[in-house]
Amino acid sequence: MSVIGTPAHLQRAQPALGNDEALRIRNDFPILDQQVNGHPLIYLDSGATSQNPVSVLEAEQEFYEQRNSAVHRGAHSLAVEATYAYEDARDVVAAFIGADSNELVWTSNATEAINLVAYAFSNASLGRGGEAAQRFALKAGDNIVVTEMEHHANLIPWQELALRTGATLRYLPVTDDGALDLSTAAETIDGSTRIVAFTHASNVLGIINRVQELTALAHSRGAVVVLDACQSVPHFPVNVKELDVDFLAFSGHKMLGPTGIGALYGRRELLDAMPPFLTGGSMITTVTMERAEYLPAPQRFEAGTQRISQSVALAAAANYLSETGMARVAAWEAELGQRLVAGLERIPGIQVLGPASGTERIGLAAFDVAGVHAHDVGQFLDAEGIAVRVGHHCAQPLHRRLGLTATTRASTYLYNTTDDVDAFLAAVAAVRPYFGVN
Amino acid sequence: MGQLDQLYQQIILDHARERHGRGLTEPTPGHRNGESHQMNPVCGDEITLRACVNEGMITALTWEGDGCAISQASASILADLAPGLSRDDLLVRVDAFRELMRSRGKGEPDEELLGDAAALSGVSKFPARVKCAMLAWVALEEALLAAN
Repeated sequence: MSVIGTPAHLQRAQPALGNDEALRIRNDFPILDQQVNGHPLIYLDSGATSQNPVSVLEAEQEFYEQRNSAVHRGAHSLAVEATYAYEDARDVVAAFIGADSNELVWTSNATEAINLVAYAFSNASLGRGGEAAQRFALKAGDNIVVTEMEHHANLIPWQELALRTGATLRYLPVTDDGALDLSTAAETIDGSTRIVAFTHASNVLGIINRVQELTALAHSRGAVVVLDACQSVPHFPVNVKELDVDFLAFSGHKMLGPTGIGALYGRRELLDAMPPFLTGGSMITTVTMERAEYLPAPQRFEAGTQRISQSVALAAAANYLSETGMARVAAWEAELGQRLVAGLERIPGIQVLGPASGTERIGLAAFDVAGVHAHDVGQFLDAEGIAVRVGHHCAQPLHRRLGLTATTRASTYLYNTTDDVDAFLAAVAAVRPYFGVN
Repeated sequence: MGQLDQLYQQIILDHARERHGRGLTEPTPGHRNGESHQMNPVCGDEITLRACVNEGMITALTWEGDGCAISQASASILADLAPGLSRDDLLVRVDAFRELMRSRGKGEPDEELLGDAAALSGVSKFPARVKCAMLAWVALEEALLAAN
């Protein structure tokens, strides 16, 4: 008897994780094994901050127990060990996004990474960094382009940069159904555009933006691209070279790592030409009482004692994700995301922001409940042991554009199951009856 | 009664639906009128509250805004409570309400003093929601200062 299988070219190379595997993965996360308000915790707030597997917690503890010391200084053995650990961590995290090690700068978080770029441009605009940095100098008549769906972290640094330099801030609008409106992009991004900053995946809409298309347009105008990858790097495979972006920012705590660490990827020749943002120890070559010479990137941007244990722990997180397989994580979260949206669409009075079910989105859905404020929705879900985010999700202009003040957001990760999603949906269906809204 | 039902007592849900005092009335000529705009940065909720004072007595309190059940009920209750009270009597109630909200679930509400606002005592167990309940009351304090 011959068995006809799926032809190889039609098989998915990397099948999604499933419930069994997600449950096994969950065992690696001690915090998820607890009762909240008399119910087993259902954690659907990984878009805000993710949880840590044991391997990450142990990496940080092992560092403090065995190797804690200052890096890039001191001749003693612990200092050498710590420096190796710190730089090995950089290798791991850089490789995780397809970057070279000297193209990855440690920062406190994605917000600091974006500010680093904005302030480097600002300092170049004041003449700092010499001739090489003049390509970053902004002046009146130049413009910076963002989008209407940005997180405040990828909006306010550019507002401030524009105000400091006299440049104009422009934005690509969002359509009524919550997609990026690219119809006028070729006019908005023009020959005077110096920076195009936008998000890879929206923390509210769940959509994945067309990075390569926008990047090609920006580059054709001579602008640099800054990509907010906070919701992409943790959730699907990202390769900076394939995306061809110039800068990319992400946070450790959204990708199973600790708080207090994030990273900035920058194209090598750009990082080496940029003036520093934070200054002080460990980023210099020669210092006199009048002036200082600076190290090349990445050290030029890492002033002061660094986040050493956090870098080690973040590398452990990247390894955990790589070993699980980012393509498989992405496929699983796409399934969970579709289940979330399809389920929410069936509940009366619920309006999901962003694309309808059946359209690509990450494992995240923000929604409005007619007649019930998001804070009340979140409170009701919390009483059921379900953790979600409520509010404007640091995206006030986007909410205003969609005619809303605050929404509720559920976001998944690799440790969530279809049972989590179903329990969440059942609880959401009970919200309007509880508050007596019909 | 579960914690959630303690928080969302029926009287709270009724006020949140009915929203007494919603819709700003025109300032009364000859009276002292004060207005305040307050915002909760966590959720973006806003309230504009207008108080009318005549010879030290509150003659009207109206407000405009959107928000959660707690903030709306709290503003509605305040709009019922304030008119007819002297400025000083009202400020005593604001202080009592603030103390209740900060009590972390341990305060005993003085129902005679606070009226329906006593039903908001469950909020004090949820630190994240205290700001929601206080929004209108903080606006009132500022409006009264402006009316001085």
